[in-house]
Amino acid sequence: MSTMNDQKTPSSGDVYSLAEAEDARLIKEDAESLSQGQLIRRRFLHHKAAMVSVGVLVFITVMAFSSIGFAGLPGWWGKTYLDAGTVIDGGRPTLSLIPTWLGGDGIRWGEYPFGQENTGKDYFALVMRGTQKSILIAVIVGAVATCIGAIIGAVAGYFRGWVDSILMRVTDLFIVIPLLVLAAVLGQIAGNLGSSIVYLALVLGLVTWTGLARLVRGEILSLREREFVSAAQSMGSSSGRIIFKHLLPNTIGVIVVNATFAIAGAILLETSLSYLGFGVVAPESSLGLLISEYQNSFTNRPWLFWWPGVIIVAIALSVNFIGDGLRDAFDPRQTQKRSKKRKAKANA
Amino acid sequence: MLKFILRRLGAALVILFGASVLLYVLVINSGDPLSDLRESNADNREYLMQQRIDNMNLDLPWYQRYWSWLTGVGKCFALQCDLGTNRSGVSINSLLELAASSTLRLVLLATLLALVFGISIGILTAVRQYSGLDYGVTFATFLFFSLPVFWAAVLLKEYMAIGYNDWVREPDFGPVQIIVIAVIAGFLMQVFLAGSMRRRIITFAVTAGFFAAALPSLTALEYFRNPQLGYIGVAVLTFAVALSATAMAVGVKNRKVLYPALITAALVSVVQVALYNVFVYYMNWFIMIGGLALAAAIPWFIGRSMGGRYKGIAAGVSVATGVIGAGLTVVDHVFRAWPGFLGMKPRPIATIGSQTPNFGGDFWQTMLDQGTQLLLPTILLTIISLASYSRYTRASMLEVSSQDYIRTARSKGLPERTVIFRHAFRNALIPIATIAAFDFAALIGGAVITEQVFGWKGMGELFQTGLREVDPNPVMAFFLITGTAAILFNLLADIFYAIIDPRIRV
Repeated sequence: MSTMNDQKTPSSGDVYSLAEAEDARLIKEDAESLSQGQLIRRRFLHHKAAMVSVGVLVFITVMAFSSIGFAGLPGWWGKTYLDAGTVIDGGRPTLSLIPTWLGGDGIRWGEYPFGQENTGKDYFALVMRGTQKSILIAVIVGAVATCIGAIIGAVAGYFRGWVDSILMRVTDLFIVIPLLVLAAVLGQIAGNLGSSIVYLALVLGLVTWTGLARLVRGEILSLREREFVSAAQSMGSSSGRIIFKHLLPNTIGVIVVNATFAIAGAILLETSLSYLGFGVVAPESSLGLLISEYQNSFTNRPWLFWWPGVIIVAIALSVNFIGDGLRDAFDPRQTQKRSKKRKAKANA
Repeated sequence: MLKFILRRLGAALVILFGASVLLYVLVINSGDPLSDLRESNADNREYLMQQRIDNMNLDLPWYQRYWSWLTGVGKCFALQCDLGTNRSGVSINSLLELAASSTLRLVLLATLLALVFGISIGILTAVRQYSGLDYGVTFATFLFFSLPVFWAAVLLKEYMAIGYNDWVREPDFGPVQIIVIAVIAGFLMQVFLAGSMRRRIITFAVTAGFFAAALPSLTALEYFRNPQLGYIGVAVLTFAVALSATAMAVGVKNRKVLYPALITAALVSVVQVALYNVFVYYMNWFIMIGGLALAAAIPWFIGRSMGGRYKGIAAGVSVATGVIGAGLTVVDHVFRAWPGFLGMKPRPIATIGSQTPNFGGDFWQTMLDQGTQLLLPTILLTIISLASYSRYTRASMLEVSSQDYIRTARSKGLPERTVIFRHAFRNALIPIATIAAFDFAALIGGAVITEQVFGWKGMGELFQTGLREVDPNPVMAFFLITGTAAILFNLLADIFYAIIDPRIRV
């Protein structure tokens, strides 16, 4: 703050009083004033880890959906995950990232970049298909869980009283059953409905909303005492309007941050369930299913095990970092110390 | 307080009841319990079906089946639990007894280790906010968060267990390995100890030099197949623990604390020699636990009686010295048993099962066997729950550190050690207690995957088989354990609040 004053005062040398100097400074600052949204966007764009993660996530998503095509649209990758063929060179991956001058094979993509599995199917196409499905499930789970959690939390927090008691007891009920157990039981039920991943995704969304509901309720409990809510009530707004137009938009920070963490959690939950056999079942595919299918070939064909795992870690890690960046952007209280320290360093 | 606890307990029981109804209904509707028999071609198909229907009471409506399960569980209050039978008529009680002991051993150990390491790492990163160490640990914790358990488990098996087992047959380090290990150890040490550039360079040189000298000489002494600590090793380490515990609590200048700690260390050094034969020939779990209790109780008295004005701290430091000293004695005896153990089990670190079948050894060898079987799953579960504990501790410490009373404590001239451990840390513990309570039950759930990967016949197996066969009783037994654990640990957390925070006296 003091440095800022030092910089500004020389420019306002011809003013007569302290108050005018202060006004001049305020006007000058007003010129670069930012809206709340702009501030958040700016903070997020300055979060290096989050920006790198956005890049990684976009890259993986675009690869997964464009390479083998999606929903009937053709992709640019020539092979499909269905065609078995002759196994070339033991099915070793042909992808190489080490240039020739470092002793490698040069940077090339090759015929089978991720190798082939036992029957000669192209593993790149298989992994991309699994990635597609895993990403789709995670996004649907995140969306469903966020909607349910936000609405239950908001209704409980706004109405309080017996509505709150009942909704929160229901939340406790879901929390007391270990998530993996509940998800496995519901996953098996979803498997009986049909092998489509949408059922599984919807069902997983039904069990992962509890954390968000508690957080949103806490936020709403304090927000509902504010003047703007009384104002809306006195103007005769309905409860639904107050909740959706006035209260929930004010908790957007909590909701957005938790939605990203929910997506990261959903990726891991789905892959774990598929690994145990309660999640995605053949003929559908997912990264977890690929790992459980090929885990025994680790000694002979380790790449069958490495690729899906690396992609799961990459997706979960980048989504977690994006969530961290969003949290810092929406709630900069935790990072204030850093900026002070940096300013001090810059001044010194 | 009692009224408060009872009210909490009552509410928790109601929720547990509701959750059990929900889970029961979901499980029995998750598929067809007779599906495998419907497809079978066996001659006595009808008979088998009828038998299963009788075992599972499938001819009764769901609420009657649930009610019979509930009355069986209700008998637990009279200490006569009856958890029903599985679909082939085997009593769940006996199944659960076998399964629960191995799973709870795993989860308890992992939670304990994760709490200790997670909280220490959290404090360290909070104290050194925005240092290289902080960024490194932050990245590592995010990585651990994002690790699929089953995938990491296979990697651990492949590289750690099989790699170590191959190596321990003929332990040897090549020159390149020695240099790499020394450089990494030196680098990590200077990151942890930090300080000025000069100090960092000295730390690095000393640590790297130590490892460069120690690894070849230990190999030459066959230390890795025949490790030794000896009477002297235990004694020296125990005195080192006494000194560092005192230094961490109040500083070595405080004689009121230092002397009881040193006396405890001397006592440990004498007792471990005197009880050598007991340790080698007459050891069992009863003596072990009793000995640990004594190793805590006697130093406590010494600390209380000699500490004077600092008797609380003196007791704490002495107890820490006594318990760690006793632990070192145990480690010493484990080392003594190691060569014989390697003879019985040439590939020590196991990747499958919770104990070696038909393993007949003495106390120490059995303990080593179970320990080596437990090693990989414990590491895995610890790493995964450590991540969240360290993040929460860090956040909570940072939150507390910006409070006014911390500034007051600093400005009245208290040493940094006192500010961090007595003022900041105690208050930062409150939110961590809640998380740990919830985490324990969740970890039993998470152990399902770990057990599957490592081929344990634990509760995860019970649950999975039950669910796959649409057999509610095993699943409900699993839920009963996790649900009870959740309630129990939440109660403990509530009581713990009242102890660490005097404002909460309900």
